[in-house]
Amino acid sequence: MTVAAKSSSPPARKRPFWTMERRDSLAGYLFIAPQMIGITVFVLIPLGLVFWYSLHEWNVLAQTFRFQGLGNYQTLLSDPGLPQVLGATAIFSVGLVIFNMGLALLLAVLLDQKLKGITLYRTLFFSPVVVSLVAWTIVWGFLLQNNGGINALLATFGIEGPNWLRHPTTAMISVIVVQVFKNVGLNMVLFLAALQGVPRELYEAARVDGTPAFKQFTRITLPMISPTVLLTSIITIVGSLQVFAQIAVLTQGGPGMSTTVLVYYLYQQAFQFHKFGYGATLSILLFVVVAVLTFIQWQMRRKLVFYEN
Amino acid sequence: MHTKMLLKSATALTGLALPLATFGPALAQDQVDLRMTIWSANEAHLAMFNEIADGFAELHPGVTVTFDSLPFDSYTTTLTTQIAGGNAPDLAWILETTAADFVNSGALAPLTETFAATEGYELEDVTEQATALWRADGELYAYPFSTSPFALFVNNDLITEAGAQTPAELIAAGEWNWDNAIDIAATVADTGANGLIVRDFNYQIWQNLASIWRGWGTDPWSEDGTTCTFADAEMVDAMSFIHAAIFETGAMPGPGENVDFFTGDAAMTITQISRASLLPQGDEAFDWDLVPLPSGPAGNYSVIGQAGIGAFGMGDNVDMAVEFLAYLSNPENSAKLAQFFPPARQSLLNAETLGTTNPLLSPQQLENVVVAGITNGVVLPGHAGFAEIQQVARAELDALWQADADVEAVLTSVCNRITPML
Repeated sequence: MTVAAKSSSPPARKRPFWTMERRDSLAGYLFIAPQMIGITVFVLIPLGLVFWYSLHEWNVLAQTFRFQGLGNYQTLLSDPGLPQVLGATAIFSVGLVIFNMGLALLLAVLLDQKLKGITLYRTLFFSPVVVSLVAWTIVWGFLLQNNGGINALLATFGIEGPNWLRHPTTAMISVIVVQVFKNVGLNMVLFLAALQGVPRELYEAARVDGTPAFKQFTRITLPMISPTVLLTSIITIVGSLQVFAQIAVLTQGGPGMSTTVLVYYLYQQAFQFHKFGYGATLSILLFVVVAVLTFIQWQMRRKLVFYEN
Repeated sequence: MHTKMLLKSATALTGLALPLATFGPALAQDQVDLRMTIWSANEAHLAMFNEIADGFAELHPGVTVTFDSLPFDSYTTTLTTQIAGGNAPDLAWILETTAADFVNSGALAPLTETFAATEGYELEDVTEQATALWRADGELYAYPFSTSPFALFVNNDLITEAGAQTPAELIAAGEWNWDNAIDIAATVADTGANGLIVRDFNYQIWQNLASIWRGWGTDPWSEDGTTCTFADAEMVDAMSFIHAAIFETGAMPGPGENVDFFTGDAAMTITQISRASLLPQGDEAFDWDLVPLPSGPAGNYSVIGQAGIGAFGMGDNVDMAVEFLAYLSNPENSAKLAQFFPPARQSLLNAETLGTTNPLLSPQQLENVVVAGITNGVVLPGHAGFAEIQQVARAELDALWQADADVEAVLTSVCNRITPML
C-alpha cells in the first residue's frame, strides 16, 4: 500500500525562481523605474510637502514655521477675496475654452480644404505656439494700451477704442484673447489631424443621401473627432486654470481684482505677502479643482465620445 | 606577511587622513564667500561695488564678496523666495517700503556695536533722521546707503514752445507751486505733447504719488501707522487735484498710456535724481532743468526714496557680513558710493562733494534739490506688511482712475479695506 502510494505521487519538482515570467516583470519594472522615480521625487514628494506646508504658518523673514492644523483651511473658507478670485478664474476658463476650441475647430475645418498655399496658412496659425509667452504678452501689452496699436487701428476707421486693460470687462476679454491667439494653433493642429482621420466614404454616402453640409458636420465630423475634442478640452481647461504670466504682465490682477485668477492670487499670497502656508493651501485648492474637473470630463466621455470599436 | 602589509597600509592611510581631517575643515573655515543681492545690473555700479569688495578682500585674505543682481520689479519677491528656499544671501539691499518687515522680523543682524567699534567709522556722521527707518529699539539693522530726493526734471524746449513760463522763471518769481506747475503741464498737453509724468507710478505704484500729496501735508496713514488717513480732507483735496489733472485738463497722461519724459515727449517728470543718466545726449538732447517739487497748500516739502543694506542674521558668516557692511559704508567708501547713491553722511552732503561725482548737475541744482531735499525730506510711506496693503489699496484705487470717479467715496473704500491691516 505504502509502496503503491509512493509510486503514484512522484516527488514534486521545485519550480525555479528565475522564471521567464519573473524576468519579464523585472524588465518591466526596470523600464518604468526612471519615470516612477521622477514622479516620486518631482511630483509626489512636492505634493506631500505642499500639503504639509498648508498645515503651517510659515513666516519666511522671521524664520518661524508653526504647525496650526487646519487654520489655513479655515482662513480659506472665510477669505473675503476668494469668491471674486474663483469667479474671475471661472470666467477666464469658460471664455478661454469656448473661444479657443471654437476658433481652433473653425480654423482646422478651413485648413482641411484643398487650397493653394495651405501649408503656409497652417504654419502661420501655428507659429504663436512656439513664440516665448512673456515676449508675446509684452507685445500685446503695448498693442492694448490706451494709446497703443489696436486703438490706433480702430481710429483709422473712426472708432474710439476702449482703454482695454483698464476696464474690468475689457481687461478680462483682452487677457482671454491674448491667450487664445497664443495657443489656438496647438488645438488647431490636433483637430486637423483628427479631421484627416475621418473616413471620406462617410461624407460621400451622406452626399448621396442629400445631407446638408452643416448636418454632415454635426452627424459625422463631430462624433468622429469627439475623442480629440475630449483630449483638447481637458488640456485647455487644465491650462486655463494655470494661467499666470499673461495676468502678471498685462494687468497684475486688475483693475480692482477683475483679472485676479487663482494662480495669480496664490502667487501674491505666498511670494508677495510672504504667507507661504496660506499659499500652499490655495495650491491644494487648485489641485482639487483641476482633479475634480478632469474626473468629471473623463466620466462624461462615455456619453459624449464616440469610439469606432 | 600578508597581515603585515595590511597593517602597514592601514597605518600609512591613517597617517595621511589624520592631518587632512584636522586641517581640512580649518582651511575651509578660512575661506568665506559672501553674497549680496542688489537690484542694479548697471556695469558702472557693479564695477564700483567690486572695487570696494577687492579692497575688503585685501584686508581679509580668503574672503570674497559677490554681487547678485536681481530684477527690480520682482526684487523683494525673489529675495524672500531665496530665504524660503534656504538660500538667503549674506547681505541685501532693502527697499524703504519693506524696511519695517525686514527690521521688525528679526531677520537682520544688529549693526551698531560693530559700526561703533570700527576705527574711523564716525557713526555720529550718519544722521538720526537718515537712519530712522532702519532702527528698532535704538538698534541699527540696516545702513541707509542711498537717500535720493524726488525732484522735477523739466523739458524747457517743450514749455517755451507752448508759450508757458518755465519752472525756473516761476521759482525766480517766487511762484513755484502746484497750481502753476500743473498749468504749465496742461498748456504743453494742449499742444499735443504730454504734460507731467509721475515716473514709475503707472497707476499701480500709488505710493509714488506721495511726491504730490505731501504738498497737501497728508499721508495714507497716521505717523504711528495705526490709523488710515486716506479719506481725510487733505488727501481728498490732493487726489481731486490729481484726478482733475488727468481727466479734466489732460495735464497728466491717463491710465494705460505709456509716455517717457526722457525721450522728449513730456514737459516734466517727477523722479529721483539718479535718473539724470537717462537724459538724451547729442542730437536728441533738449534743454533740461532739475527743480525742487513745487510747494503745495501746506507749503514747501520734499520726499525721499531710501534704500538700506542689511546683513542677514541667519547665515554662517554673519560677523564677516556685518564687518563688510561697516567697510562698505565707512567715510571713504561712502564717498565712492555717493557718485550714484546720495549719501546719508552729513559730511558728504554738500554741493562740492556731490558735484565731483554728479557732473551733469550744476552746484545750484545740487544745493537746491539734492542737499535741501535730503536734509528736509521725508521717506516714502512704508508699513509692516506693506506688500499686501499696497496691493489691496491698488485694487481699490483702480476705481479712482476713471473719468467719473467719486474721489471721496473711493478713498473711503480704500480706508475700509486697509484699516484691518494697519
